[in-house]
Amino acid sequence: MKVSELIEKLNLQVISGEKGLDREISGAYVSDLLSDVMGNARENQAWITLQVHQNVMAIASLKDLSAVILVKGLQPHKSTIQHSNEEQIPLLSTTDSTFELSGKLYALLKDS
Amino acid sequence: MKLEFNIEGGNFSWAGHASSEVKKMLKQLGIDARCIKSIVIALYEGEVNVVAHAYEGRILVQMEPHKITTEIIDKGPGIPDIELAMQEGYSTASKEVREMGFGAGMGLANMKKNTDELTIESTVGQGTTVKMVNYF
Repeated sequence: MKVSELIEKLNLQVISGEKGLDREISGAYVSDLLSDVMGNARENQAWITLQVHQNVMAIASLKDLSAVILVKGLQPHKSTIQHSNEEQIPLLSTTDSTFELSGKLYALLKDS
Repeated sequence: MKLEFNIEGGNFSWAGHASSEVKKMLKQLGIDARCIKSIVIALYEGEVNVVAHAYEGRILVQMEPHKITTEIIDKGPGIPDIELAMQEGYSTASKEVREMGFGAGMGLANMKKNTDELTIESTVGQGTTVKMVNYF
């Protein structure tokens, strides 16, 4: 599934990184501990988190993740937005909690 | 072939920059993708450790056929008890650093898991040298 389809299906807000909306999503990783994501997330996954600083985008880029989804309507720092555009990795936002979003995303991806 | 990068202690906005440069270069050189992934994980953790704990550091990358050696050399407080620091979950990171999602005590463990050889030498009050070797 492409990031753009996911946005439509889960009603996500696109904050930045629009150039990466054609990226494929193969799954997702949920964590707010950066070393956990660094060590365990896999290429082409979406990352669901509440961390809003720019190191999130550095990790997303190093790990070749497809998108970063911020939960609970949290807003990123300006530097995070800038980094997302530079790396062309979409930074998305939802008002859902991590639990709600993960459930919806799991249901979507398990059949795709 | 040798590469060298600098790391600035305390500057989180640049954390991962050196790792990103190394990743790009290894890709250009056509190094095995799995090997690159491992080195990037280990190197990022090392870079963050310098940013979070030390004053300044350098990364040296040496490439040989089937072998990449990465050294992270810092000037900083040093590690008094390396065995303790290696324990998963142990961290001396500040509250601010932890709130950013760093300092979970997983860094050195990630480095060990993603390298074939890991050597840490440290002198309290002077600094730490981490040497990692990956074969491919």
